Amino acid sequence: MSAIAVADARPLTGRQRADVKSIAFALVLWICLAVSAVFLFFMLAVIVQQGLARFDVRLFTAPPSTIRPDRAGVEPAIFGTLWVIGMTALIAMPLGIAAAVYLEEYANPRRWHSRLIEVNIQNLAAVPAIIYGILTLAFIVRGPISIGAVALSGATALALLILPVIIITTREALRAVPSEIRFGSLALGATRWQTVWKQTLPAAVPGIATGSILAISRAIGEAAPLILVGATTFVTVNPSGPLDRYTVLPVQIYNLIPQDRQAFRDLAYAAILLLIIILLAMNGLAIWLRNRYQRRW
Amino acid sequence: MSTSEPNLSQTADVPELHLEHALSGDTGLTTATQSVMTLEDLSVYYGDFLAVHDVDLAFGHREITALIGPSGCGKSTVLRCLNRMNDLIPGARVEGRVTYHGVDIYGPAVDVIEVRRRIGMVFQKPNPFPKSIFDNVAYGPRVTGMKVNMADTVEEALVGAALWDEVKDKLKQNAYSLSGGQQQRLCIARAIATQPEVILMDEPCSSLDPIATAKIEDLMAELTKQFTIIIVTHNMQQAARVSSHTAFFTAEADEAGNRVGRLVEFDSTARIFRSPVNPRTESYISGRFG
Repeated sequence: MSAIAVADARPLTGRQRADVKSIAFALVLWICLAVSAVFLFFMLAVIVQQGLARFDVRLFTAPPSTIRPDRAGVEPAIFGTLWVIGMTALIAMPLGIAAAVYLEEYANPRRWHSRLIEVNIQNLAAVPAIIYGILTLAFIVRGPISIGAVALSGATALALLILPVIIITTREALRAVPSEIRFGSLALGATRWQTVWKQTLPAAVPGIATGSILAISRAIGEAAPLILVGATTFVTVNPSGPLDRYTVLPVQIYNLIPQDRQAFRDLAYAAILLLIIILLAMNGLAIWLRNRYQRRW
Repeated sequence: MSTSEPNLSQTADVPELHLEHALSGDTGLTTATQSVMTLEDLSVYYGDFLAVHDVDLAFGHREITALIGPSGCGKSTVLRCLNRMNDLIPGARVEGRVTYHGVDIYGPAVDVIEVRRRIGMVFQKPNPFPKSIFDNVAYGPRVTGMKVNMADTVEEALVGAALWDEVKDKLKQNAYSLSGGQQQRLCIARAIATQPEVILMDEPCSSLDPIATAKIEDLMAELTKQFTIIIVTHNMQQAARVSSHTAFFTAEADEAGNRVGRLVEFDSTARIFRSPVNPRTESYISGRFG
């Protein structure tokens, strides 16, 4: 071998010079993470500290009161949330999953109208939530349907809000199922419908479930669209049907915070704590589901 | 919903087809043979791109026919035409005839589901479903509505694929717990569970180790007693070992410089490998290219 000297060759062994750029880069990343983590932790600590005072049984069992805040609770809001979210899921999930199945398994992606729909759905996922409130106010609460400010109209607003998200995440879950599975099924003489129903959809269920849970957990925390469609009414009884007046937890909190008396604000913090716990539980469930059932194809 | 072919029974006589008139150019077959499927002037386009053109072939009843040739010469494309799996590729278009017992499977009023039930396929990479071994094998009969005793059918298929002894105690286990070679035999069992007449194999051993490959080659020798097998393979020695007839494809550049696949020679395996007629065949066989 000829003696070609490599310019500025570093010795293989011996003391190493510190690589300043790498260290600086890692430090910057760490600082960004630390800032976010500290902020979130601080916020959580404040909520827990303020909310623990009123986090008692009465929070869950007592109706709100303008006179005796220390005896009041948010029970109607809790039930209202359950009713509204239940209906939201019932509306949005079948519609969203079916739309995603059509777009992913049946539509021809090269036609112009398929691409148009795709762009539109991506757009709708980014539209501010309050727009869905305005839409529902105009057509469902008033307008042609006119059912008024009832739980079903709130559910409709939220269902429209999370529908694009469910469609997008379901499509991703369907796309993750390898095409060899579909080919294998079709080569055995199955129809496209049988392939979707017996192979593709079942294999995509973990991804669909994760996406749906995350979408619903977003809906639970929405206040703006529901305020617009009339969830601010001061309700003292639990809703017993889809066409009852109602309120939900985020809106109840929104009502309680600006009140004069500290007792109301304490109640609000307790309600916020409750909401955070629910959201943490749902997100934790989604992450657990994803880790447990994630398939390595 | 059945095709308009003369009979539905697998064991009935198949029509004799003299091939000399159907072939042209460099290829030539010197013996008449009983064919289950034929290709007549087959050309396949993907959009505007011509993938393979003017193929004339006949596949003998209960024989193994191998399609060999270098990469990109259209062997897999031709194979996929035989059970209309090419329909699933957007923009794919077929000209010419693909006949099964004399019926053009691309003709109108042909039930593609029935075509695929009778002409099964095994893919290059084993693709078992994420279900139990039993449900994998039972899937074909279930979706095509076969009125059979499922446990017996599954057992027969697994026996036929030389897998029964290894899995009979764990039929409820997930198919992914099997090794690669076992998974491929499971896919073969899945394909024969629908009681097809023809089995298409697209490089079935290329992702397997030599021992698993040998097991599947032995299996093919058994399967050919009951099924017609058409196999695409990159492995010339494999084609020489298992097949009775071999078709050699190659890709040629046309005037525009695009590579188009075509059939160069089709003959009995013995003749292709010992005394091929076409010099291009000879070059490929002796390893001078491809």
